[in-house]
Amino acid sequence: MKFTDIFTMAASNMLRSKVRTLLTILAIFIGSFTITLTVGLSSGVSAYIDKQVNSVGAKNVLIIRPKVDIQIGSGPKKYNPNQKNTSVQATLANAMLNDKDIGKIKTQSGLTNFRAIVAVAPDYISGSNGEKYQINTQPFIDGSKFEVVSGSLIDNHISQYELLLPEAYIKLLGYSSSDQAIGKIVTIAIKNPTSKQEIVLARISGVQQESLLTQGGAFVNKPLSDRLAAIQYQGLPVEIAHRYIAATAQFDINANKNSIQIIKDGLSKKGYMSRTIDDQIGIVKQVIDAITAVLIFFGAIALLAASVGIINTLFMSVQERTKEIGLMKAMGMGQSKVFLLFSVEAVLIGFWGSLFGTIAAISVGQVANRVASDGFLKDLPGFSLTLFPIMSVALIIATVMLIAFLSGTLPSRRAATQDPIDALRYE
Amino acid sequence: MDGPIDYIIGVKNLDKAYGKKDSEFKALKGINLDIKQGESIAIIGKSGSGKSTLMHLLALLDSPTDGEIDIGGRASSNLSRREKDVLRNEQFGFVFQQFFINANNSVLDNVILPLKIAGVGRRERDKRGMHVLKEVGLTDKAKNKAVFLSGGEKQRVVIARALINNPNIIFADEPTGNLDSVTGQKIEDMLFHLNKSKQITLIIVTHDSELAARCDRQVRLKDGKIIEDIRL
Repeated sequence: MKFTDIFTMAASNMLRSKVRTLLTILAIFIGSFTITLTVGLSSGVSAYIDKQVNSVGAKNVLIIRPKVDIQIGSGPKKYNPNQKNTSVQATLANAMLNDKDIGKIKTQSGLTNFRAIVAVAPDYISGSNGEKYQINTQPFIDGSKFEVVSGSLIDNHISQYELLLPEAYIKLLGYSSSDQAIGKIVTIAIKNPTSKQEIVLARISGVQQESLLTQGGAFVNKPLSDRLAAIQYQGLPVEIAHRYIAATAQFDINANKNSIQIIKDGLSKKGYMSRTIDDQIGIVKQVIDAITAVLIFFGAIALLAASVGIINTLFMSVQERTKEIGLMKAMGMGQSKVFLLFSVEAVLIGFWGSLFGTIAAISVGQVANRVASDGFLKDLPGFSLTLFPIMSVALIIATVMLIAFLSGTLPSRRAATQDPIDALRYE
Repeated sequence: MDGPIDYIIGVKNLDKAYGKKDSEFKALKGINLDIKQGESIAIIGKSGSGKSTLMHLLALLDSPTDGEIDIGGRASSNLSRREKDVLRNEQFGFVFQQFFINANNSVLDNVILPLKIAGVGRRERDKRGMHVLKEVGLTDKAKNKAVFLSGGEKQRVVIARALINNPNIIFADEPTGNLDSVTGQKIEDMLFHLNKSKQITLIIVTHDSELAARCDRQVRLKDGKIIEDIRL
């Protein structure tokens, strides 16, 4: 018997008991739908995070902070003048690095390009229309590669004050477009310790796309950052003025996980915790992966139930077609062909169920993308909530078909080994 | 006289038993039978005499417990399952009392089933299907669903299906059992016509003495043994 004939015969057999077939397909549909949507969601979020990490780019930067000791019930510790109080309260109250810390950090081998980060809190920013808006500033770290809508990244190694402005500020400050804002001078106000406001003028060097990692703040270059800090701590003793929220340093861009870990361990011994950008993203990723795993697990359970449905459906259809199988075997249809006939039917049920399931999941995903990008993801351009790589979808369909085939082997075997005489006698 | 070539089926000392040792039931005991090409032979006997069992063995649908069946000079015990499948597919035609046709398929689809199993292409098998439907006078019903046919028409479809592979032997199990006498008569005529015109060996299992009387030869079974073998 030709395979095409077996195929068409199986396809028409499938339609003989339409409701039963449809219900079985529905069960597979639910499983495939759940898994596809989950995979789509996780692909979408992962792709966005990867894009963010790549766009930030400064992958070889280590952010170093004082260590927080969150051991509970470890008992009172002996005072050591060379060690900071690392309890949670003490750290939160005094989570700053000083010049002595920076000195210690600088002794760590494997790191270059140390920089102490000063937190500055400007009052407002204003542009061509004179309107004043609150703003956060963050120091720009060498090697960072944010996605710039127009203009260019800022430079830490020039004397001019420069900043990278989030897209949201452009219209508010009175510029008609991002392009038009490039090169314009904005005003930043900051209070000195005596609460007197001082003004700093800075040039807009670029406009940056909003993303998860920029947190809506403007990036300022080192001269501007230093100038703002100088005003903020004007006249204060060095012990107070030279306090840093963090330090950054670069390691070899080609460093492997092991050597990065050695550096981190070294810093940890000195009493500092350190993180790469991958570490920070890693936490988000782990959460997403965990959620994905749970949802896929539910989908797998649905598929398992569906495969029992396939077994049942096919057993019933073998039962119903006993005479027919007997006749075909009497007419010389071999066991393997009978087996194939029922296996193909099982695989077809799996195919239609998974095809409709994935199509439905992709459609729902597209709608969700649109709703999300108009709604809660409005501030995150370039973020598709769900993403369906063709290979993943193909893999899901193929896997479901395989599961269907395996479920079908039991009833198919029964049909194949049926004795033609018994089958023909069967009433 | 000693030409085994004459015989299309040769049966020697055939035994068939069902069940395990204690509850063993011998359906056939020491059957010897040679059937010539082109012969029409009626296997008769009461129910339980073993006539259906004998037919199943001759048609290679079942294996004997003991003894040997030669088909066209080949010992069936030497044939693999695959070879038996091919033999049944290419050389045997089956006509059953209960028709066994697929009610939802068209008449033509039912008729060409053996060719489909043989792997013949669609055009060729449809052509041959129409040809045999013409022989049984059902050309105009080819596209109809089998479910709408009368009993006589159904049996003609079955005969057409049995003919489509140009068989050497047609096995008929109570071919007229489900038909009224007039229709039954027509079906009988058709079978005997094929037997005479195409030299197709006809092996009929029946308890209808009139049908048996039309055959060249009658083999009567009782309790698993041949008690009578008459050529008319």
